[in-house]
Amino acid sequence: MTTQTETRPVRRHSRRPRGGSSRWGTLGRALPWLGPTLVLIAGVVFFPAGYMAWTSFRDLSQFGVDNGPAGLDNYTRLLEFTALSRVLTNTVVWVVGVVVVTVLISLGLAQFLDKAFPGRRLVRLAIIIPWAASVVMTTTVVYYGLDPFYGIINAFFVDIGLLDRPYGFTRNAVPAFLTAMGIAVFVSLPFTTYTLLAGLQTIPTDVREAAQMDGAGSWATYRRIILPLLRPALAVATIINIINVFNSLPILQVITGSIPGYNADTTTTLIFKFIRADRQIDTASALSVVNFLIVLAVILVYLRVVRPMRED
Amino acid sequence: MAATTTSPSADPAVLQVDGGRPARGSRGRRRVLMAVAGGVIALVFVLPYLVMLIGSFKSRAEILQVPPTYLPQEWLPSNYVDMWSTPETPLPYNLVSTIVISVCATLLVLAVAAPAAYYTARFRFPGRLVFLLLVLVTQMLQPTVLAAGLFRQFVTLGINDTWLAMILVNSAFNLSFAVWIMHSFFAAIPRELDEAAALDGASRLQILRRVTMPLVWPGVVTAIIFTFVACWNEFAASLVILTTAENQPLSVALTKFVGQYESAWQYVFGVSIVGIVPVVILFALIEKRLVAGLTAGAVK
Repeated sequence: MTTQTETRPVRRHSRRPRGGSSRWGTLGRALPWLGPTLVLIAGVVFFPAGYMAWTSFRDLSQFGVDNGPAGLDNYTRLLEFTALSRVLTNTVVWVVGVVVVTVLISLGLAQFLDKAFPGRRLVRLAIIIPWAASVVMTTTVVYYGLDPFYGIINAFFVDIGLLDRPYGFTRNAVPAFLTAMGIAVFVSLPFTTYTLLAGLQTIPTDVREAAQMDGAGSWATYRRIILPLLRPALAVATIINIINVFNSLPILQVITGSIPGYNADTTTTLIFKFIRADRQIDTASALSVVNFLIVLAVILVYLRVVRPMRED
Repeated sequence: MAATTTSPSADPAVLQVDGGRPARGSRGRRRVLMAVAGGVIALVFVLPYLVMLIGSFKSRAEILQVPPTYLPQEWLPSNYVDMWSTPETPLPYNLVSTIVISVCATLLVLAVAAPAAYYTARFRFPGRLVFLLLVLVTQMLQPTVLAAGLFRQFVTLGINDTWLAMILVNSAFNLSFAVWIMHSFFAAIPRELDEAAALDGASRLQILRRVTMPLVWPGVVTAIIFTFVACWNEFAASLVILTTAENQPLSVALTKFVGQYESAWQYVFGVSIVGIVPVVILFALIEKRLVAGLTAGAVK
């Protein structure tokens, strides 16, 4: 294995095997190092993905017995599902709403935390908490706090005069869905803010300071100088957020799980209703495939329209 | 995504562009205003967890009282003892489950990702970029999307509802971040160092252990903590794959205390505090490196 170290030390970045004949040999030497990763990814990510796609064309009983091919039955059952259009609309509102609001607030927060002020480290540490804490736990405490009877947040809103009397935020589909969106923004802020903060750190200090000094047109300076330089960080933050928010289960599960019907469901929570309540693994698989295609399409459209990687 | 290898700015001093400028006159006042604003922001982020902490000391009767009290009339630290033996869920088992799954998955990620990150950062070989892209793609697939497939696969293999299944799921889905962040740290180390060690007759594994590892340690720690916290908080796959109450992690067990009609909120919050405090401490430890890591692994 030590033979590779004999290549010329002049080469700066990485070593390339000399000549075509040793290509397969090089690949063979790489395998012991990469093999475990490949096995794990193949076995636990790509195989179940393929298995799920295959299952979506099979007819499974509730007990998991395979009753043979089903053609497109599972997909047609999805199309005939009466609440489907509502669920799809919810999904769009959920993803677009949460991601846009998260990114906008995070841009402000990152800009703020990039400046020096006493206690900044503590504020940064405080912002980290919702990131480290389990989303289920964060959501559960908000759910409790918003209870119309014993909820402490509801009582607080009444005490400061924001509400006349406690409001059942989590009792009906629409307010519960909006509440869940608020929580989703809250738990997405730390990661997004930190990514944008990391992006700001890559901008040379003199550029940032010049932009800050320019008091009069500071918004224009920000928009013309800082924002374009933030583009790569913004792209990463947005894409990871789209993936996370789209796949988010616990928030809606806790906040709207007890509301009957599908008015507060996204495609992701619907998958879990199919699996857990009805044991419809085949239909759930079909919906998962659709779900994945939607995520993929959204990201491609985002990359196409916003062109986050454009250098300018 | 621009998936090129870049060197991380691992130097925390570069990141803390802090307090360098003198505060005088209106700038001093602005700093005070900013500190106040910072305090308000911090409070907003801490508030839910404060509600949690205070609630965990209330009695069952008081936490369901209408209208609610802000502070407990009677502080009950005994909740933290009683919550371990309730009819709702076998909490000691849930804690053990969470620890076993998170620790094993983290170790597995480290054992699998470190060699891959090292090799891809050090050597060019056919398929190197394909491999790195493949790893990146797994970042897009989450256990939530694949839950149906994973469930069916584990049933077929006969390991559904086992720790092993969840260890595999957690490690596979956290591999991507670990490989990428360690890759960028390995890539930042001058190659000459390896070569010198090789000339001295060290084997590749010895070089990795004695020379390279100490230098990439910050990256490794970040990867470990990040993976550990993600495994600790995992919810969706556990919900589908782990059906026996004893096997479920804290994140799933917690939901058992919330009933349709009667909820033991004081225990929900007690369990949450126990679940949150250790990971917040871990995360706070890598707070500075988090910015460096995100810059290295993602932004560039």
